[in-house]
Amino acid sequence: MDAYLLKKDFPVLDDKTLVYLDTAASSLKPKQVIKKLDEYYEKYSVNVHRGVYSLSYVATQLYEESRRKVSEFINADFDEIIFTRGASSALNLVATSYGLNNLTSEDEIIVSELEHHSQVLPWQNVSNITKAKLIYVPLNKEGRITVENFKKVLNKKTKVVALNYVSNVMGYVSPIKEIIRLSHEVGAVVSVDAAQAAPHMRIDVKDLDCDFLAFSGHKMLGPTGIGVMFGKKELLKDMPPIEFGGDMNDNVNLYDASWKDSPYKFETGTPPIAGAIGLGAAIDYLNNLGFENISTHEKKLKDYAVEKLLKIEDIIVYNKTSETGIITFNIAGVHPHDAVTFFDGDNICMRAGHHCAQLIIKWLEVVATLRVSFYLYNTIEDCDKFIESVKNARDFFKSVGF
Amino acid sequence: MRDLEVLYRQVIMEHYKNPRNKGLLNDSTYKTIHIKNPTCGDDITIQSKIEDGIVKDVRHDGTGCSICCSSASVMSETLIGKTKTDAKNITETYLNMLTNKEFDESVELEEAVVYRGVNKFPARIKCASIAWKAFEGTLEESE
Ligand SMILES: Cc1ncc(COP(=O)(O)O)c(C=O)c1O
Repeated sequence: MDAYLLKKDFPVLDDKTLVYLDTAASSLKPKQVIKKLDEYYEKYSVNVHRGVYSLSYVATQLYEESRRKVSEFINADFDEIIFTRGASSALNLVATSYGLNNLTSEDEIIVSELEHHSQVLPWQNVSNITKAKLIYVPLNKEGRITVENFKKVLNKKTKVVALNYVSNVMGYVSPIKEIIRLSHEVGAVVSVDAAQAAPHMRIDVKDLDCDFLAFSGHKMLGPTGIGVMFGKKELLKDMPPIEFGGDMNDNVNLYDASWKDSPYKFETGTPPIAGAIGLGAAIDYLNNLGFENISTHEKKLKDYAVEKLLKIEDIIVYNKTSETGIITFNIAGVHPHDAVTFFDGDNICMRAGHHCAQLIIKWLEVVATLRVSFYLYNTIEDCDKFIESVKNARDFFKSVGF
Repeated sequence: MRDLEVLYRQVIMEHYKNPRNKGLLNDSTYKTIHIKNPTCGDDITIQSKIEDGIVKDVRHDGTGCSICCSSASVMSETLIGKTKTDAKNITETYLNMLTNKEFDESVELEEAVVYRGVNKFPARIKCASIAWKAFEGTLEESE
């Protein structure tokens, strides 16, 4: 895999001075994906599942072809793939449809402080409504979810386990397969937030044996506005739709109606058609490169940058041991929001704040952090520019009196 | 980096390091407004005491970046002692200046005028506004 060549696929990187280190928020999109979107809008921009004319047939074929690609991408069955607006909607769908209808005050839901708000808040809501208890896995000293700590909170009352596969702040990979195995032993279902896993590693839902899994298109080279919820067939069958309207229904009477089978009963109204087709193209692009190559490349850049960062005085790195391409850090005494303006001046895009994960920021006992995240289009030169800018930032803030 | 340097070297660092009128009072004659910028974690509370149409006191507390915290301090110094009408006018002018809207240059913003430099950093305009927005809120409450 040649990151220098790959850069040419990403029109945003035509600006050679730009260093894009915020893929964890959203990845850049390659020409191959943009072309597919254009193709949809230019050649067959009509609705799916409705028209009996041939253009609509083409659009429907391509939309459903993407569903097939997604199902192969994570080794699921075709009808276990529900298209959503993004990981957030997918995780909300699980909590609202499964959680609200299956939990009672006798039950427990396990989450963690390492979750993105989109994973923890839907379950907080379920807990508030059903009175099921929300239980947090204690994180270890590094801020990781461990099997050992998970066992401490798992018990016969546990009905749902909702955890991340890869953390968007710490970049740690959770021992999710073992967690799923243990959860099933007590009869709990597991909902996996794979928003930061899907762009970087091969996911196999059959091997994991997870019950639900969610991710977003825009973090893995795809368009915004499209996401995926995977659910095991036998669970989806009994889950009610949470949105009602066009396309999801079967027979409609004055006072009742029946629903289509999954996945369609969960896809109300006109879906993000272009988004789904674009996501298919993104999957092709990733498959072409191979996840082995992508993750090795990211890890190499991350290790290189961490080693250099640790040599700079006043730099605090919070996740030295992470397995993926995310670095969370601060410049001692400098608020991340001040720092990020400096980096912006060097045309380096990175994130400052709490990364939609306030619980882990509180756990770290800081007000906010800086975060960089590497992807397939980043190079050693990007790392060097970043490191140089960190040094200059540190010197600058010192010189003005921080 | 020149723009950034100019911005920080002026009043901002001075007030960031030595904030004036900092700390809240447990006094019911003050109106209190708390504003959070959830994306970056800036979290500011402003109190004001208006008596006989005069801004008698402005207090602030919270956490945030240098621009956010210093602007609360500068604001308190600028507004204490002004009539309520002037304070309202200054606040409106300041917020218009920040967001590149037309503003009345004849209104004396005193030290707060240095925040004009923030409009070169659009992503930071929010940081420089929240204290003033909160003050605006306390005025509305005292109406
Ligand atoms: C771990 C994790 N979960 C969920 C989400 C939510 O994804 P989206 O905003 O695309 O719905 C994100 C994205 O920020 C994430 O990083």
